[in-house]
Amino acid sequence: MGFRRYGNGIAKGMALTFKHLFRKPITTQYPEERLNVSRRTRGTQIIWNKDTCIACSACARACPIGCIDMSTSRGEDKKLKVDNITIDFGLCIFCGLCVEACPVGNAIFLSYNWEYAEYQRGKLVLSNDELLYSKTKQVSGYYHPEVEKALPEQTLLVNRTNRGKPWD
Amino acid sequence: MQANVTGFNPTFAYNTLPPDWPGNFWLHWLIFTIILIAFIIATVIMFIWFERRLIGRFQIRLGPNRVGPFGLFQAIADVVKILTKEDIVPQKADKVVFWLAPLVALVPVLMVFAVVPLQSGAILVDLDIGILYVLALSSIVSIGIFMAGWGSNNKYSIIGAMRDVAQLISYEIPLVLSIVGVVLLTGSLSLSEIVRAQNIPFILLQPIGFFVFFIGSLAEINRCPFDLVEAESEIIAGYNIEFSGSKFAAFFLAEYSEAVLLSALTATLFLGGWSGPLLPPFLWLLIKMFAVFALIVWIRSTLPRFRIDQMMAFAWKFLLPLALINLLLTSLQIVFWPEASSWIIVLLSFAIGITLILVWSKSFKPGGNKVGI
Repeated sequence: MGFRRYGNGIAKGMALTFKHLFRKPITTQYPEERLNVSRRTRGTQIIWNKDTCIACSACARACPIGCIDMSTSRGEDKKLKVDNITIDFGLCIFCGLCVEACPVGNAIFLSYNWEYAEYQRGKLVLSNDELLYSKTKQVSGYYHPEVEKALPEQTLLVNRTNRGKPWD
Repeated sequence: MQANVTGFNPTFAYNTLPPDWPGNFWLHWLIFTIILIAFIIATVIMFIWFERRLIGRFQIRLGPNRVGPFGLFQAIADVVKILTKEDIVPQKADKVVFWLAPLVALVPVLMVFAVVPLQSGAILVDLDIGILYVLALSSIVSIGIFMAGWGSNNKYSIIGAMRDVAQLISYEIPLVLSIVGVVLLTGSLSLSEIVRAQNIPFILLQPIGFFVFFIGSLAEINRCPFDLVEAESEIIAGYNIEFSGSKFAAFFLAEYSEAVLLSALTATLFLGGWSGPLLPPFLWLLIKMFAVFALIVWIRSTLPRFRIDQMMAFAWKFLLPLALINLLLTSLQIVFWPEASSWIIVLLSFAIGITLILVWSKSFKPGGNKVGI
């Protein structure tokens, strides 16, 4: 029997919460501090590679909601070329099927970027050169494990040591 | 304990005006009412901030820290948000009762502060029956809550309201009995006299009294673990389920004013009120209030909610006998051993108190012997 039923369950609980009072808060102060997401994250943008694209429209056909709009034509050398590619990110569900459908494997990627918000819906529709790779729009390792080496390692809460400094 | 018996003082309240106050009683009344209301609202805002920050730290979070320095203005932002919300009255509500309920809940709490001494002489009216006045008025809040529950015409509201009334009736008795111990030691019902009588804080002389009073008043103000009046997981929000906008704000203010009141009363009755070395008296009272409130927040962050039958059993089987024994022992000591040294009494009362609580915990079976504490 021991000391059960003497209200020591309450005492134990109170001691436990008291100990928690002196632990460091695990809150991430979001706009100032950022955690690194998974290197294979399906980020909220799609990156198109103009040079390797063979204009097969496989991505547009694979898209379950049809947010990729691609029009192609035969050029002088009888090769298909992309006249226009438009992706509506207001519709996109970032499923990654377009990336998997791409026959050349390196013409369309999901981005590593996950902060994508606009004030107008129209600004969510990007086309042609706006879809290209840029410094602020990196390629995610999703379906492309060879890319992920270049990306920073994911921050797990257990790894956080430099609290108080912004994560970049 | 050297009971500081002052004898019966039949003077009326307005004759007990501190001599250094300018003007007549009504000027004093006007100024002090404004000061009191400002004090209550400022303290409520500070308490809300303090509670949210502290409970955040208990849960290894930071708590609100975006609005103003350290999130100090978070409560103000919340008030602005609540007040600008639409004030919805249900179609089937009992309109008059629904409208009156927040006022009936809020006004008595504000009125009780009239007799709480902020420091020596800084008091609206130094009533000779201060404690009686406090107990009488603080119970009215429950009527406001019941009116809210009834007027909302909502099943969850009425369940919450009925729980509140049951809780109040159960816990009022041990609460009053525990205060009687303090009154016996002081020989006066006036709160200022009680503070002046505390050469050593009454928490040392009345440990059981403090225990019973603190738990009873936790139940009275519906804080954890007695918050089954507004249990979110059972009855959504209890009595204030249909309230929004300024009416909800009034209930919220009433609830936190009660917390302020409980802290102030605990500090006054058991912790020596405004008295303390070095710092100004008013600051001492505030420090003690925040200490008591920190204890409340600590309890809130730890203990789960009582079941309704456990709550009733706890009041009637645990607190009431303890309060009665405490009252008996205190009166015996005052009658038969009034010249005893205070430190012997401190030791004795702590020994008796701990033994009693242990013995009662052993024999106490809340909720039909299904759950042990």
